Amino acid sequence: MIELFHFKKDIPFMKYGKLTTLISLGTFVFAVFFLLYRGLNLGVDFTGGTMIEVRYSQAAPIEHIRETLKGQGFPEVFVQNYGSTQDVLIRLPVEQGKSGAQVSEQVMKTLKAESPDVQLSRVEFVGPQVGQELYENGGLALLLVAAGIIIYLSFRFEWRFAVAATIANMHDVVIILGMFAFFQWQFDLTVLAGVLAILGYSVNESVVVFDRVRENIRKMRDTSIPDIIDNAITVTMSRTIITHTSTQIMVLAMFFFGGEALHNFALALTIGIMFGIYSSVLVASPLVLLFGLKREHLIPKETVVEGANPDGSVV
Amino acid sequence: MNRYPVWKYVMIAIILLIGIIYSVPNFFPSEPAVQISTKTEQPIEPAEMQRFEQALKDKGLSFRASENNGSQVLFRFADTDVQLKASEALKTVVGDKYVVALNLAQSTPHFLRALHANPMYLGLDLRGGVHFLMEVDMNAAKDKAYERYEDEFRDTLREAKVAYLGIAREGEQLVAKFKTEQDRDAAAPVLGKTYVNNELIWDKKEQDGSYILSAAMSPQNLLNIEKFAIQQNITTLRKRVNELGVAEPVIQQQGKGRIVVQLPGVQDTVRAKEILGATATLEFRLVDDGGNDAQQAQASGRAPIGLQLYKERDGTPILLKRKVMLTGEYITDASSGFDQNNQPSVNITLDGNGASRFSKATGENVQKLMAVVYIETKFQDVEVNGQKVRKPVKTEEVINVARIQEQLSKRFQITGLDSTKEARDLALLLRAGALAAPLYIVEERTIGPSMGKENIEKGFHSNIWGFVAVVLFMVVYYRVFGLISSISLGVNGFLLFAILSMIQATLTLPGMAAIALTLGMAIDANVLINERIREELRNGASPQVAINAGYERAWGTILDSNLTNLIAGIALFMLGSGPVRGFAVVLCLGILTSMFSAVTVSRALTNLVYGYRKRLTDISI
Repeated sequence: MIELFHFKKDIPFMKYGKLTTLISLGTFVFAVFFLLYRGLNLGVDFTGGTMIEVRYSQAAPIEHIRETLKGQGFPEVFVQNYGSTQDVLIRLPVEQGKSGAQVSEQVMKTLKAESPDVQLSRVEFVGPQVGQELYENGGLALLLVAAGIIIYLSFRFEWRFAVAATIANMHDVVIILGMFAFFQWQFDLTVLAGVLAILGYSVNESVVVFDRVRENIRKMRDTSIPDIIDNAITVTMSRTIITHTSTQIMVLAMFFFGGEALHNFALALTIGIMFGIYSSVLVASPLVLLFGLKREHLIPKETVVEGANPDGSVV
Repeated sequence: MNRYPVWKYVMIAIILLIGIIYSVPNFFPSEPAVQISTKTEQPIEPAEMQRFEQALKDKGLSFRASENNGSQVLFRFADTDVQLKASEALKTVVGDKYVVALNLAQSTPHFLRALHANPMYLGLDLRGGVHFLMEVDMNAAKDKAYERYEDEFRDTLREAKVAYLGIAREGEQLVAKFKTEQDRDAAAPVLGKTYVNNELIWDKKEQDGSYILSAAMSPQNLLNIEKFAIQQNITTLRKRVNELGVAEPVIQQQGKGRIVVQLPGVQDTVRAKEILGATATLEFRLVDDGGNDAQQAQASGRAPIGLQLYKERDGTPILLKRKVMLTGEYITDASSGFDQNNQPSVNITLDGNGASRFSKATGENVQKLMAVVYIETKFQDVEVNGQKVRKPVKTEEVINVARIQEQLSKRFQITGLDSTKEARDLALLLRAGALAAPLYIVEERTIGPSMGKENIEKGFHSNIWGFVAVVLFMVVYYRVFGLISSISLGVNGFLLFAILSMIQATLTLPGMAAIALTLGMAIDANVLINERIREELRNGASPQVAINAGYERAWGTILDSNLTNLIAGIALFMLGSGPVRGFAVVLCLGILTSMFSAVTVSRALTNLVYGYRKRLTDISI
């Protein structure tokens, strides 16, 4: 049996509760600060962009066009065949202080210098794909998921667990967004999907720990709540690491083989997975304690039938 | 303890078989093809077929196979490069009668197709697709509004018994002329009362001895009309695209008066264009009963006052009254069916407003002949001085003349259609709602599959390599149980693919990412189970008991964690759009399949491996 994580004694996670909560709070504030201060680097999906279509008299040298434009101050240029081998689609994000016409003029000048036969067939300013609506829907999805999880967990566990899991969850999402703001990685529709998926994924982690806490509360009658939580985290530790490693392997495969389109998506997931482990163990659990979890919250009170004999029988 | 009844194994085997059958078509590569179809739906002659083949041979382009499906010829090619070149070569030789389009032909064997086992659709990012840019004719929308005002002015003044000389549109104004100042001043409050909210800007003046009251549409009103025209068109397009059966289409406003339509996977541009591009409206007009000669009018090219010359389907001229009884805007629904004589018909339903107008108009004219004019606007390339110019071509045709038998209202039928196909097509175009402003395609492109192919490879590779790595990891760490977990993970992948194929979902790159992610997350259930079994063993349970307890105890946790995940997936689906939605669908289905495979399938495997051993002392975990 290979056992990477077999702990003889429970790790006293809850002792460090204050410290970890402080670290979380720090990271959280840091993330919020950069979200507000720098903002997200939104992709063409949200901001719109310039689309230029050109036609060559012969098959167009796509790679060459891409390199040329990249060298001319368009680092995020996107070049693709469009319809036939002679037609080329060039997509550029919106640049501050430049109108669609200016960008296209500059691009055309560059291309003309390389090969004079290039013809401009279309310039299009791409409106935001889902724009405002998606912003609103994204926010709404966040709230809906939070509400759904709170309701479900309140029903399955107890409101303290539900609220703690949701806070831990939101903490992850905000940190992902904060990282994207800090590094100015492009945030597009795919990344948004990844962030929302993390919502469901990271709550898993808390659920597994909580499940154990509940089980322990029923089994370990003489142990204090912090010790019970410590035990729950310790025994699920192995599973936590193995599961996240597996998921991370898939995400890494996307990161390395998925190309540009999935690059940032994989990045968002990676951050989400890392902070998912951290937050479920070191944010959600201390929060449950903070909310004052007691044994009675999970063990239904033994109902006393009125008029029952001391042995519980009713005559 | 660790034995399943036989029916359970059989059930799992059947599900696995179904999963394999329905996921397998995805692994047959689709072939790049060029499709030539006729505009007239007439079969393509073998001689024509040979001409196309010759054209390809002349260019030195070899095709893998060719098929003639009657009105459609399909050439399959080895790669997209040849496909693109072939399509260009064919475009120059086929002539006006045919339309050449890029297509992707599936190569699923026939016996699988017979079971309706088809590959998933690939999204625009994976296979290319049709991209339309459509423009709304705002001037036509404005013209229509002025026409409506003109009619309403006449009606209002007639009802108020105010005499007027004439009402006509002059530029951006509607001008009503009156003989006396009193008439004009009587008309002004009557009309002013009808139009509140500053729809119209009024002006009075005196010119050439007559008194003029002019009305111009306010900028706000014009803006509203434009906005409405766009919105209505987008709604209409959505409905039409839905009728085309396209998954995850993109229909959105671009710029001020344009609409983008992206149809992933659709490469049959001809049909898409037919449905999307044509604007069909109906006008109900009374047939002239004043004894004027239509033949004569056609010969002179001039219709008598108050009448307009039309042609019936067979070319016979017919004179109709200028006044329109009802336009297509009031139509809320139209469906094809059969009339009492079993002839194809279209059943039309009007909205409340239309119903009252129509009921009034037909009530006054019972026993008179009413014609239904079908107006279709198509845009065609016309060569002017060597330059290609797009021009609207309006075809107006009287599709039906019938006697008004009774006062018609909310529901009625149009009969006299040539075929059920025509009835269906007409109903389709009308059902989508009549357009406030004509819409035409200003651009139409097929996104080349080169990019798509690259993306498919990327998505495929990330899935395969990720899967292989996870399997290795699991087998090394959990050994036999790791192998069992890996097999159930593979089963999960197959089942997910099968379900997505069965519902004919559109696979996009985010969708592929979701598959990878679900596989990565699905292993969680097995890890939970395996860890539990190990724990039970550590606590001194016998192997059989440990296996059983591991599965039983892990189940509650698996259920909880998957359900919370599902909640997130459903919210994503409800609120997401386009790629996010596709991602959500895969996520939700993946959660369901993973619960089945990680628990039921892996348990069955474990039972088969260990459940039948009498004295099990050691398990490999």
